[in-house]
Amino acid sequence: MNAPILEAEEIRGGYDGHEVLRGLSLQLKHGDFVGIVGPNGSGKSTLIKALTGLLLLQGGEVRLGGRPLRAYAPRDLARVLAVVPQMIAPSFAFTVREVVEMGRYPHLARFAAPGGDDHRVVEEAMALTDVTHLQHRPVDQLSGGELQRVTIARALAQQPQVMLLDEPTAHLDLGHQMQVLQLLERLNREQSLTVLCISHDLNLAAEYCHRLLLMSVGRIYAEGSPTEVLTVEHLRAVYGALVHVEANPYSGQPMVLLNRVGGEEEAE
Amino acid sequence: MNMPLCRTRAWALLIILTVVLLISMVISAGIGSAHLSPSDVLQAVWDRLRGISDHGMMQVIVWDVRLPRIALALLVGGSLAVAGVVMQSLFHNPMADPYIVGVSSGAGFGAVLAVILGLQNAFLGMNARALTAFVGGVIAIFAVYLLSRRRGRVPVTALLLTGIAVGSLLQAITAFLIMQRSNGVFREVMLWLMGSLANRDWSAVAALAPYAILGVAVAGIWARDLNVLALGDDTAHHLGINLERARFVLLVIASLLAAAAVAVCGIIAFVGLIVPHLMRLLVGPNHRVLLPASVLGGGLLLLWSDVLARTLLPGGEVPISIVTSVVGAPFFLYLLHQRIHRA
Repeated sequence: MNAPILEAEEIRGGYDGHEVLRGLSLQLKHGDFVGIVGPNGSGKSTLIKALTGLLLLQGGEVRLGGRPLRAYAPRDLARVLAVVPQMIAPSFAFTVREVVEMGRYPHLARFAAPGGDDHRVVEEAMALTDVTHLQHRPVDQLSGGELQRVTIARALAQQPQVMLLDEPTAHLDLGHQMQVLQLLERLNREQSLTVLCISHDLNLAAEYCHRLLLMSVGRIYAEGSPTEVLTVEHLRAVYGALVHVEANPYSGQPMVLLNRVGGEEEAE
Repeated sequence: MNMPLCRTRAWALLIILTVVLLISMVISAGIGSAHLSPSDVLQAVWDRLRGISDHGMMQVIVWDVRLPRIALALLVGGSLAVAGVVMQSLFHNPMADPYIVGVSSGAGFGAVLAVILGLQNAFLGMNARALTAFVGGVIAIFAVYLLSRRRGRVPVTALLLTGIAVGSLLQAITAFLIMQRSNGVFREVMLWLMGSLANRDWSAVAALAPYAILGVAVAGIWARDLNVLALGDDTAHHLGINLERARFVLLVIASLLAAAAVAVCGIIAFVGLIVPHLMRLLVGPNHRVLLPASVLGGGLLLLWSDVLARTLLPGGEVPISIVTSVVGAPFFLYLLHQRIHRA
């Protein structure tokens, strides 16, 4: 149980000769809920690509369940690892149910029709994400929050052990942001789903993730509990921004505030 | 609307399309310089099937002249429509079509090359013209695909512009090659290239049928993959699709369908664009229903386009590609307009 389910060891890689990931290492244990934060261009989305086998690595290795990622057939990989990518407008008007059913793809042989088990998993996934009432709606008519929940339902239908999410709350309003993260928290707690989630929003990540990885120029700059990672010094070094950090009076988690006045953090 | 009702609706629409197609076949077989009633047509076919060959005028017109054209229209229309469906899913882009992305021009170039070089030999049961058309189509589509891909995505503008450029280049080379020939060859090849079902007999049907059936069958077997691929390359990968293999198999199948149609009937534009689009409006984007619906819809479109092609001018034929282009080009512009305004 304590062996890492997903680990990256000294991975390097990028696009067209530009190295984005510069010897990055991380470990995810079963049941973890980890957030990745960091400034634009620090390599967060590239890291997701590397962890899902979409990026050809120049060095290092990614292992899933102890096995190198490249040793997995695409289908086997999709049964263990599900990805919720950044939201894009759908090109075709599949219904919500059709999209969630596509999560069963890695479990179905070419000539096999979906059976009772598949329908049960699809219905559970829709119920968990609260999209059952939308199941016959075309996905191009959904709001951003609804579409994001449908994408998570599709990932759940894969029955994965690990779920990677790339900015699942971008473009969502406050209410939908909380809804999505509460859903992930529940899946993590009740189904012991391992969650790795990229986030732009430091406060949201601090509130929900058990552990944070702060990225800077293709490496992990700091790692630990939200309180350990989100410090004035770390954020000044990585973002080049003057901030003030306080504890959220309700949860006790760190809360990052802009510091326009300056100087105050010197006193701490 | 619940799930069984959705499925019932899809089946009902497929049955309606089939019935409309069958009725269209009977009616269109009666239309032409000699006008025949539906019962005349059915009588002639029935007699022929029972082995009563009286070689009467009516039976010759129906069985030897009009039916092969109708069968060809169904095969060509179905092939081009399915080629369009496959490309649209693969490029995640409802604007893709064998003509627009340059496959038809590539196939035309290949076929003309075979005619000009005087290649006759059959290879693996393919005649030389079909084979070179296939190779030309495959090369064209892989070229367009690789040139218009940006980080695993194929943007609409890049796809259309690259397709137009590659298609124009191939058409120019084809025209240059034909110009070097005698007037007789020039005229014959030009007329064929313009796309027509005129003067084709049952041998043309027999030549196209195996590829059309093979291509449509493979596309059908890959229906679930086509659904997943339509969501985008990254998502398809995350859901367990072997992208390299899927792209290869499906691009080859789409090229095979388009090239076989071109080799037999020349370049017929826009069928692969119009039909899948209309069928998506009718039955939705799920390929398990969309593929059979597109086969039927493609057949219907070409059947009636061919009726127009052979009756529009008294005593003469209009190439069918002119009919499909007159309908298809404005349709294409309309779709483009809508996408630009939505984006």
